[in-house]
Amino acid sequence: MIEVSNIHKSFGDQHVLKGISTTFTKGETSLIIGSSGSGKTVFLKCLLGLFDPDQGDISYDGRHYSKMGNKEKRELRKEMGMVFQSGALFDSETIENNIMFPLKMFTDQSEEEILDRVNFVLNRVHLENVNKKFPAELSGGMQKRVAIARAIVMNPKYLFCDEPNSGLDPRTAIVIDNLIQEITDEYQIITIINTHDMNSVMEIGEKIIFLKDGLKAWEGSSRTIFKTDNEAVTDFVYSSDLFKKVREVYNKS
Amino acid sequence: MIYLHNIGKYFLMLGQVFRRPQKKVIFRENFFKEIEELGLKSIGIVAFISFFVGGVVAIQTGLNVDNPWIPKYLIGFATKRSIILEFAPTFMSIILAGKVGSYITSSIGTMRVTEQIDALEVMGVNTLNHLVLPKVMATVLFYPFIIVLAMILGIFGGWFAGIVTDLYTLDNYIEGIRLDFKPYLIRYALTKTMVFAFLIATIPSYYGYYVKGGSIEVGKASTKAVVWTSIVIIVFNYFLTQMLLG
Repeated sequence: MIEVSNIHKSFGDQHVLKGISTTFTKGETSLIIGSSGSGKTVFLKCLLGLFDPDQGDISYDGRHYSKMGNKEKRELRKEMGMVFQSGALFDSETIENNIMFPLKMFTDQSEEEILDRVNFVLNRVHLENVNKKFPAELSGGMQKRVAIARAIVMNPKYLFCDEPNSGLDPRTAIVIDNLIQEITDEYQIITIINTHDMNSVMEIGEKIIFLKDGLKAWEGSSRTIFKTDNEAVTDFVYSSDLFKKVREVYNKS
Repeated sequence: MIYLHNIGKYFLMLGQVFRRPQKKVIFRENFFKEIEELGLKSIGIVAFISFFVGGVVAIQTGLNVDNPWIPKYLIGFATKRSIILEFAPTFMSIILAGKVGSYITSSIGTMRVTEQIDALEVMGVNTLNHLVLPKVMATVLFYPFIIVLAMILGIFGGWFAGIVTDLYTLDNYIEGIRLDFKPYLIRYALTKTMVFAFLIATIPSYYGYYVKGGSIEVGKASTKAVVWTSIVIIVFNYFLTQMLLG
């Protein structure tokens, strides 16, 4: 379980996170939503340990981040997998090298075992015959799948995804959402996704946290988000005509 | 004030760079990659420039030594001293600062703006140690060989210029090369080279690692890195010369 207690983060005069508290549990896909500038990315980077909170604490299965030294923080990060918005694949390396990097860096497995594992995770994300290709030779959706493969290759306890659907067509976006959901269920990990894609909210939002101006404005699930009276949430969710119609249909049914 | 801030941050960066590599095999792989990228791929330009500049130094000296009382072998002597003491270690380092420095800043800077460094951090990698230490080791250990090559080719260029121009005889030139040979001067040149190689690897790495923004900022950081590396090399050259020869 990840427990977030009252975290604050500022950059100069800008107070980005103003005291967020929540919990994330095992085997659950949690979505952080909110409009641009609401603090989603900063919140995710605090959870990843890329930013140190100015105040408050984050505990990972009872291990308090604020009490950790650099070495312990690095050890903790080995339990994390991250899918970046851009994929963040090493563009001068082949797909195979991209995925095997954490294994070569942090395990003593033989070359053969490493290759087996690489092929296993590539199959898991439904990619074949891409081992020797470079990231630039793959489509956006395939790059995202490689990024997911790299993120899960070390069997992480915590999987973080920053806008995993951005720049993808709706069909590929659904494939990526479902893949993340399947992996979360299969490996019983904690998955936290930063998104503003309402399709993802409907598809895989077991837990949804809505951020507004650096504060947690609402918390619920895909089932409750359409019933809420919270004005900030309804403004965000029903900003498109499509979802206004979805609400009408939902209310009628 | 901003300069002091940058100097402090640079030394803090060095603190992270000089740690024991997390995995020796990966460090070794990266080290040999950097030897190829920063060293072997620079040999062509170094050889080309050294040969022709050596020739030009010899011709210029030959043209200015027109007094019959001055022996012709001084052309070879002056060419040798200019190349060993200054041209090879200092000016080759400035040329390498341009070629290699911009490569280091842009490659690390691009990794930063495309979140590849964040990806490494999330995996638990000490990114400064992983990205910068192989570059430092490769330049510090390999550049002395490149500079020795520059010395040899520069002197050879002067010899070749003698054949082409007939300003001096080959015997005179070789006599000048052999005259008053002091091995200490080679050691002095190689000591300077190692210091400059360290600067060539670390200053551009600093500018690349801490870049913020996009491709324009990476370009600006590359320019700044080359300018500052050249300035620091010139300043260090002054103090090292004073300390080692003064």
